[in-house]
Amino acid sequence: MIDLIQLAVPVLLKGLWVTAALTFVSVLIGFNLGLGLALMRLSSNRFLSGFAKYYSNVFRGTPLLVQIFLFYYGLGQLSLIKDNAALWWVISDGARCAVLALALNTAAYTSEILRGGLMSVPVGLVEAAQACGMSRMLRFRRIEFPLAIRQALPAYGNELILVVKGTSLASTITVLEITGYAKRLMSQTFAIFEIFAIAGVLYLVINLLLIAVIRAIERFLMRHEASSGRKLVAPHPNRSTVVS
Amino acid sequence: MEFGLWQVWEAGWVTAILRGASITILVGLVSMAAGLAIGIVCGLIKWARIFPLSLLVDAYTSLVRGVPELLIIYLLFFSSVEFVTKVVTAFGYAGVAESGYAFVIAVIAIGAISGAYSTEVVRGALGAIPEGHIEAARALGLSGGRIFLRIIAPQMLRIAVPGINNVWQTTIKDTALVSVVGLQELMRISFIGANSTRHPFIFYLIAAVVYLVITLVSQAGFDGVERLLRPRTRK
Repeated sequence: MIDLIQLAVPVLLKGLWVTAALTFVSVLIGFNLGLGLALMRLSSNRFLSGFAKYYSNVFRGTPLLVQIFLFYYGLGQLSLIKDNAALWWVISDGARCAVLALALNTAAYTSEILRGGLMSVPVGLVEAAQACGMSRMLRFRRIEFPLAIRQALPAYGNELILVVKGTSLASTITVLEITGYAKRLMSQTFAIFEIFAIAGVLYLVINLLLIAVIRAIERFLMRHEASSGRKLVAPHPNRSTVVS
Repeated sequence: MEFGLWQVWEAGWVTAILRGASITILVGLVSMAAGLAIGIVCGLIKWARIFPLSLLVDAYTSLVRGVPELLIIYLLFFSSVEFVTKVVTAFGYAGVAESGYAFVIAVIAIGAISGAYSTEVVRGALGAIPEGHIEAARALGLSGGRIFLRIIAPQMLRIAVPGINNVWQTTIKDTALVSVVGLQELMRISFIGANSTRHPFIFYLIAAVVYLVITLVSQAGFDGVERLLRPRTRK
């Protein structure tokens, strides 16, 4: 048993960093894409909002595994991709390809979450900002975005955990992260439950850390309530239901 | 021709893909049924805070929802594969069991996952039922079973429909993961087709379209159910 832990823990910890890196880069790209898509969806331009809607339906309606395989195995077949050095650089490597698929996938879910948040911003507040003479950019930066993100944060926390779990699919395209190493260790040592337990604990640790970060951001964004007890917007019913 | 659409049509892959899609739907439906059964029982336990059991349910839902689905599938598959092949070959059914076994593992894994999410949905729906309704039913002297059947269950179902829709969509997409243990569902068929014809793009594209059709059709179905269950307000 001690031998097994000595063998498995360092290997799985190596995987932990890969999982964390995949998550971080995917979320970084995915959040910005998702914000763009949410704004497109809410714009009055029918082409933009239509594109955002179909994008989100397609990516939310197909399994992540299909998307990953389509990008990794499928796109390499197209000469359009093969002849473009930058695209080929992304597609040819398992980890980069996994990040691409994860980022595009989480962007679709993020856009829905942020759209909900943006739609919950009271019209009166936006009108007040307009009346004060704020430009569109300033209004978005100072009024709409902070209020929207506050509303959307609990749901976004759940989405982050889905991204962490989604990185496990990278193991199907040769990337060795926690699940990839765990599978290899399982078939080498036959200590199935022990390996699963260690890998599971690592995932739970990542998720708990993420939840703690989200909670801290939430507290920071809601600091006006804690200090004065006044409520600017009605509290969201799902505030406390971040996955534990 | 670069995409190999002709090969897909000519070599009879279309029927294989349709067969795979029906297996995907079958796994999805059976797992969802199992998941809902788990969800209703565990959701009630969590809602009523039945002490020692609720701890177990808490552990189950947070473990399953926090650990990747793929890892759970590997756990179930690797931990049982040796045992099962031994039993099965002892009885002389080595070939027959292969496909049935993967199906069983798939349903257990996906059922357990959708069960954990259903539990949360059921608990949320139960929590959304106004306390007064249950108190009123009690005041009228209805028995516990009748209160559940007449007051709690109908309201819970209606409130839970959007959540169950979400769980179903995730469940049908999660079935793609069991292709890693060799069940010949849509994803596995596409994988085999992609490898044997060397036209991965078209096969995975077809798989994506079929999944999209499944999710869009079921979305429309759930929208219909939701409309049907909407309480009629008296005019």
